[in-house]
Amino acid sequence: MDMKVTKKKLGLKEKYKLMTRDLGWDTTYQAKEDVFPYVGYEGIKIHDWEKWEDPFRLTMDAYWKYQAEKERKFYAIIDAHAQNNGHLNLTDARYLSALKIFLQAISPGEYAAHKGFARVGREFPGVGTQVACQMQAIDEIRHAQTQIHAMSNYNRYYNGFHAFADTRDRIWYTSVARSFFDDAMSAGPFEFMIAIGFSFEYVLTNLLFVPFMSGAAYNGDMATVTFGFSAQSDEARHMTLGLECIKFMLEQDPDNLPIVQNWIDKWFWRGFRVLGLVSTMMDYMLPKRVMSWREAWDIYGVENGGALFKDLARYGIKPPKGWDDAEKAIDHMSHQFMLGLYQWSFGTAFHSWIPSEDDMNWLSAKYPDTFDKYYRPRWKHIKKLADAGTPFKNYGLAKLCQCCQLPTVFTEPDDPTLTCHRETVYNGQKYHFCSDGCQHVFENEPEKYVQAWLPMPQLFQEPINGDLGAWMEWVSLRDGKDNGDYAGSEDQQNFEAWRGLATTNQ
Amino acid sequence: MTVAAIREYIGVPRDSVENFGGKQIVYASWDRHLLFAAPFLLCLPPETRFRDLVEGPLTALVQADPDAAALDWTTVEWLKDNQPWTPDFDASLATNGIGHKDQLRFRTAGLNSLSAAA
Repeated sequence: MDMKVTKKKLGLKEKYKLMTRDLGWDTTYQAKEDVFPYVGYEGIKIHDWEKWEDPFRLTMDAYWKYQAEKERKFYAIIDAHAQNNGHLNLTDARYLSALKIFLQAISPGEYAAHKGFARVGREFPGVGTQVACQMQAIDEIRHAQTQIHAMSNYNRYYNGFHAFADTRDRIWYTSVARSFFDDAMSAGPFEFMIAIGFSFEYVLTNLLFVPFMSGAAYNGDMATVTFGFSAQSDEARHMTLGLECIKFMLEQDPDNLPIVQNWIDKWFWRGFRVLGLVSTMMDYMLPKRVMSWREAWDIYGVENGGALFKDLARYGIKPPKGWDDAEKAIDHMSHQFMLGLYQWSFGTAFHSWIPSEDDMNWLSAKYPDTFDKYYRPRWKHIKKLADAGTPFKNYGLAKLCQCCQLPTVFTEPDDPTLTCHRETVYNGQKYHFCSDGCQHVFENEPEKYVQAWLPMPQLFQEPINGDLGAWMEWVSLRDGKDNGDYAGSEDQQNFEAWRGLATTNQ
Repeated sequence: MTVAAIREYIGVPRDSVENFGGKQIVYASWDRHLLFAAPFLLCLPPETRFRDLVEGPLTALVQADPDAAALDWTTVEWLKDNQPWTPDFDASLATNGIGHKDQLRFRTAGLNSLSAAA
């Protein structure tokens, strides 16, 4: 008699089915719309959640196994970095400004993305989507943790790393990233997926992570390279999820197209403004540079982004509305932003500096049409003021954009000598913007953006009431340590002294 | 357009004039003088004379520009809300119609040391 032998091991396909799709259930004693109350109000129509394709078919047990392995490798390298004074292998401590901005502005964004994915994983009814969002929620909190742990080694030796949570919440230059994530987290589940899953993870992540991680490698920062590698395979999964989500929405109902297009327009522009920080890191803050911001944009923006939007054209999707204005800004934005960071450096928890003659020659070669014409004269004048013992500090605090919350440093798309002034009146109140792109975002949802907490006007309200010293204490900025010019800073003095001990006999 | 929401959605502005303890915000900038990376944010009582704004904080803030010494406030062209406008130097901000968060711009034709021609 033949006995039927129970299979000990499940096949991959069977396992995936049992451990994801079969985890779902239909409601019996509650109406489905009461259990998933947030899935309809944005106007996106979904007819069949089963059509959601999960290209990775990863189950939770396999996920934990892979992630645990990555964690072990990551912490082994981080420990080695700490024990071997890895910080002395940096090209120069100026590099740390890029890291400080990353820790203060971007790592908290990973944590925000974790919260967002945990929420939308609960709000979406499809089980395939729920599992994918759950994994991404766990990835994002892991990224926040590994980044904080990797950079905590630098906190033992250098200034500006000690209060990144306060900096994220309260200081001014981080509010571009904070408001980006707050905007996404206060949107509905589908818009969140476009904002983070598509715009941030798919369209922009290469421009953030690839140059940043290569920059770390070029400048001897093994700790950051390691968290980059540890996150890389997760990022591949995130990009696929973002693209899958957008295709799913577009395939489910033709009425979804205009809603999705509007979100693409909005989140492309909002993401592009976050990249303003990255452009400055690439062109000015890396002592040994990988490529210019312009070169990165040509590869990851024009080529990759162009191919993506060509692919999405079959669904009726057009390239984002702000695309042409973005292109016009590429050769200007890093210079405009660095000039701002330098003159307001009394209020930054990182150092900036006047580019050296060599740096300026590099910038002039990379930006032949703009640097010498518009920006070198300003740096030369700033250098003259510094040499005369009267370094330029702009104590006139800046007008901020109501939408992206950056200082309005950007110029007219077709006139780089004139600040872009845009304003509108809503319910009797005046609002200012840095660009047409930001004004459009505001005008689509004014009730949302009138609530913006803008750091500069806040400084003149309770509890600070215009007192710069009280403000510094409130944002945990230690005057004379964390802020100001790199030249003469504690970071510079310490790095040179310690490296001197490591490399000479003095 | 309105915010997509599950119920009525009303936003409360964070920068209303009542929050500034009797003062107001004024933005001011010097066209084509981009040494100053963004328009200046000033917080002043509405009773401030326009002359005191100009000769006080505004004059102090623009000193770093090489054109500052040649700046003649009696000949500059002004814009308010991006439109040509003539201030009364001896009247207050309020009398001049400068409201909370208004943007003032001024132009100095021919005085553009650090600015390339567009």
